[in-house]
Amino acid sequence: MLYREAGDFKKSYAEDSQTFPLKLDRYGYYAILAIAFLVVPFVINDYWASAVLIPFLIWSIAALGLNILTGYCGQLSLGTGGFMAVGAYAAYKLMTSFPDLNIMIIVLLSGAITAGVGVLFGLPSLRIKGFYLAVATLAAQFFLVWLFNKFEWFYNYSASGQISAPTREMFGFEVTGATASASSKYLFCLVLVVLMAWIARNLTRGRIGRSWMAIRDMDIAAEIIGVNPLKAKLTAFAVSSFFVGVAGSLIFTVYLGAVDVGDTFGIQKSFLVLFMIIIGGLGSILGSFIGAAFLVLMPVLLKNIMVGFLGWPSDIASHLELVIIGFLIMLTLILEPHGVAQLWRVTKQKLRLWPFPH
Amino acid sequence: MSDGYVTPDGRTIGGKVLEMRNITLRFGGVVAIKDISFDIREGEIRAIIGPNGAGKSSMLNVINGFYHPQEGEILFHGEVRKPMKPFQIAQQGVARTFQNIALFKGMSTLDNIMTGRFTHMKTNIFSQMIWKGPAEREEQENREIVEKVIDFLEIQAIRKTPVGALPYGLQKRVELGRALAAQPKLLLLDEPMAGMNVEEKEDMSRFILDVNDEFGTTITLIEHDMGVVMDISDRVVVMDYGKKIGDGTPDEVRNNQDVIDAYLGVDHG
Ligand SMILES: Nc1ncnc2c1ncn2[C@@H]1O[C@H](COP(=O)(O)OP(=O)(O)OP(=O)(O)O)[C@@H](O)[C@H]1O
Ligand SMILES: [Mg+2]
Repeated sequence: MLYREAGDFKKSYAEDSQTFPLKLDRYGYYAILAIAFLVVPFVINDYWASAVLIPFLIWSIAALGLNILTGYCGQLSLGTGGFMAVGAYAAYKLMTSFPDLNIMIIVLLSGAITAGVGVLFGLPSLRIKGFYLAVATLAAQFFLVWLFNKFEWFYNYSASGQISAPTREMFGFEVTGATASASSKYLFCLVLVVLMAWIARNLTRGRIGRSWMAIRDMDIAAEIIGVNPLKAKLTAFAVSSFFVGVAGSLIFTVYLGAVDVGDTFGIQKSFLVLFMIIIGGLGSILGSFIGAAFLVLMPVLLKNIMVGFLGWPSDIASHLELVIIGFLIMLTLILEPHGVAQLWRVTKQKLRLWPFPH
Repeated sequence: MSDGYVTPDGRTIGGKVLEMRNITLRFGGVVAIKDISFDIREGEIRAIIGPNGAGKSSMLNVINGFYHPQEGEILFHGEVRKPMKPFQIAQQGVARTFQNIALFKGMSTLDNIMTGRFTHMKTNIFSQMIWKGPAEREEQENREIVEKVIDFLEIQAIRKTPVGALPYGLQKRVELGRALAAQPKLLLLDEPMAGMNVEEKEDMSRFILDVNDEFGTTITLIEHDMGVVMDISDRVVVMDYGKKIGDGTPDEVRNNQDVIDAYLGVDHG
């Protein structure tokens, strides 16, 4: 019995509902946190930061956000890219209008602004469901990208039509701008990821999370236990958009530094985040991370193998990459509709009893 | 009209919790409920019976706000109730179960029953985000109440099981648990024993009687099994083709000629 809960008795309801009920899981989590905070910042280099770690952290926040709306509350959205753009442009306008404002506050405020926009576009969800809601959010995606292209005020009338992030510091370390170091950018994102994951976990374990899941599983029954469907859906839109906005804001300020809205926040990004939560696991915090890791790491890995190792032309490699990702999505949908997180749960269940079959 | 009465087994029944006055409900040309009046009194077990399609479920749907009658008025604790949404009526203390089980399939037994506490939980979204403090305390307090419901219904063993994996009889029990967790003023049960075997029916009857006895919960139930209805209910409304054809104690109803005709399938002309 490698993975055991025998002897791991719960003495109170608080213990019974903790995030990692098993000691082994808890220690694993602490170990990962310790490595992420105490080891990685000292060994990180620019390649690892910009190709793997920072995008993984930022897309994890976006995946958490969409998972709250789609995985927990059952409202399918194809507007993630557009909402990320709201976060990015809000950050840009805030940074340029209030140069003294702390960058952490800028990022959180741009999340809050995105939450407001999300609520606005969430309003139709009371009347339309499923496929039709997806189409409505798709419209939001195209509308928002159009909006940020169309009105020059959003990019401060710059000739290129792009927005670019000025340098900002946190505790004396530059976290945005061309000269910011890999480790300070990484740590800035890491702090936000830990904070956001903690919020996501807390919101999904209690009253509000259960009201989302109730709406997802059966909206009629949700009403008879006293859940106001509009309120539940709009809170899900707000919280989800807050996360997605923070992710968009980080992509712009910390990761890319300069953004063209159509390229960075187009419809492909909406699908990318959706694929993350499908592969990782709908309605799972862990699944959001697994999905983000998978879709960030996989292209890097495939590129290294196909272009670096096998020496194929990079355009063929990038086409093949799409095919492989598509294939994997179909595979997860067929084999394990609850995603890799569920696969992990089932494996643990088996390991717990191993080597006894029952 | 006198306020309340004493049942043959010595329980005191109080004033009117709910009063339906001349309710008529139509779906296009179909009249599901035709000019029906009756009341439900504090602490009683009130049954609604009638053949298939009589309009019984529609009546519960009117009470809990899924359907809005074209005519008539509903008094809740003596006051005329404005047209309200089901969730608002739930917040007033009306809980129910469905004829076809309506559980949250993606959640465990425990979580399903915890959802029943929704109207009693008040901490705001910011406390929920932080969790430590008010939100966690509120969760623990409500968890204790839910654990009592779980003990009461004898479903400790399936606490963490996803409800979709449970057999039908247990799902019905969990659904009752979710309604009980709300500690409702009025509990509506739509065919709580449908599709159950004799043993399961006996268990369910016992739970219903115990809830009524221990917590004084007012219960309105729809049931097809005459034996069960006559055994556990204090007063019975009989419906047929949307009309009320009988109302009274089980004995009165049993001897009512219209009721006998309806159940023997006498031609309605
Ligand atoms: N939403 C609806 N739309 C149209 N007609 C409806 C609707 N709900 C109920 N009805 C009709 O109202 C009548 C009464 O239905 P109801 O479900 O209330 O009967 P019931 O007494 O509960 O029957 P059963 O014992 O089969 O459950 C039926 O003729 C039914 O077709
Ligand atoms: Mg019915």
